[in-house]
Amino acid sequence: MGASNGHIETFVELIRRASTELPSDVVEALQEGRKAEESGALASIALDTILNNVEMAREDSAPICQDTGTPVVWIHHPVGVSTRALKKEFEAAVREATARKYLRPNAVNTLTGGNTGDGAGRGIPFVHFEEWDESRIEVKMILKGGGSENVGTQYKLPESRLGAGRDLEGVRRAVLDAVVEAQGKGCAPGVLGICIGGDRVSAFEESKRQILRPLKDTNPIPELAQLEERLLDEGNQLGVGPMGFGGKTTLLGVKIGVLDRLPACYFVTVTYMCWASRKAGVSIDKGGEVTWLS
Amino acid sequence: MAELKLPVDEEKIRSLRVGDFVELTGRMITGRDTAHKWLIDEYREDVAPFMENSVIYHCGPVVSKNDDGSYDFVAAGPTTSIREEPYQADVIGRYGLRGVIGKGGMAAKTLAGLGEHGAVYLHAVGGAAQVLARAIPRVERVFMLDEFGVPEALWVIEVERFPVMVTMDSHGGSLHDEVEAYSQAKLKELLGLSA
Repeated sequence: MGASNGHIETFVELIRRASTELPSDVVEALQEGRKAEESGALASIALDTILNNVEMAREDSAPICQDTGTPVVWIHHPVGVSTRALKKEFEAAVREATARKYLRPNAVNTLTGGNTGDGAGRGIPFVHFEEWDESRIEVKMILKGGGSENVGTQYKLPESRLGAGRDLEGVRRAVLDAVVEAQGKGCAPGVLGICIGGDRVSAFEESKRQILRPLKDTNPIPELAQLEERLLDEGNQLGVGPMGFGGKTTLLGVKIGVLDRLPACYFVTVTYMCWASRKAGVSIDKGGEVTWLS
Repeated sequence: MAELKLPVDEEKIRSLRVGDFVELTGRMITGRDTAHKWLIDEYREDVAPFMENSVIYHCGPVVSKNDDGSYDFVAAGPTTSIREEPYQADVIGRYGLRGVIGKGGMAAKTLAGLGEHGAVYLHAVGGAAQVLARAIPRVERVFMLDEFGVPEALWVIEVERFPVMVTMDSHGGSLHDEVEAYSQAKLKELLGLSA
């Protein structure tokens, strides 16, 4: 790692991988969905197009989707590392990745409507830091698209319309409602990142962090593992299908995290990640050696 | 699958039905949020000829500029259409559009506009930015690039066998309404709520 540009080049490569190479767990889930759909149906045409697109993007090192999303980044760092410097480097990497067309200029000035033109802006990218005991830096990121971000939602329980109380059955009811509300608008089949509890700030962050999990992992909390499995099955019975064309493949995964809550609040927070569930990670050791995380 | 040439006449468009898979070849224009408001604020004479009997594509592309000043689409999938619901039917009527390409479908006002003016809603596969960019061999020109930025500008493009599904037609049919009704009923069943 040259000291001259610090980690910028590594971060640009991280962004390139996220934007252009769909992780294998997501590709496998799409392939399984394709097998479940009837040949010739719009659902299977859509999944064929998606799988074809994933291959093209990888071959050409070009963005899977033109909405390259907001980079949402989690950095673990050893004691004594300047988080301010890391944040500046990540912002510089976003500008460089935008110049190289791995990212679309995606930062719009909310007051004037003008585009910053280089991908970075107030609050973009969104970088979280956490100190840890290890000597290496670990960076994990998702690229979160805007269409699916618009169908993300937050319920406060109880919710009488759904018969949803303050328990896991209530959570189940809220989540299934969110899937129906989303229809195909979040670019189904999607991955749900869910947080139970927390407040309106912490819950959305935790729900996004859940998107990082491998689709086939098992939640360490048994009752949540059970609920994830049930919601994946029931979500796919809703018949929304790829792109909302109808079909058996509405969800690719459901991942649930939990935070403690205020006595007065019981939030169920749902982040909807589109089928292009773009995530990537890298570990940088003390000597600057880079290891890509799958 | 049928190939549909642009520009296209009303009769041909009215022959399309929900569930048809078609491939578009010819000239069309992109436009999304800022563009739709701009098209309604005033009649835009310079842009109008590129819209009559053609289609508008809800797309904010990634674009590269070549050394000779021309442009290429690097990634070009559809964006969510419902945000244009307040404007779409009027844009179709005023500019003589025969279709709208986007994703996620649109609602009652647009569906009525499709019937009134003879137009269809064409669903492209969301996120398929590479498949769709390859079906756009040429960028002819661009309107409002400096003012609106790359994603929001109106790009006049040539397409070749650009794949889309008819999900709303000019006869009041909407796949989105059908799928939503089915999933709502299924939800009530799963939750044990009365219909």
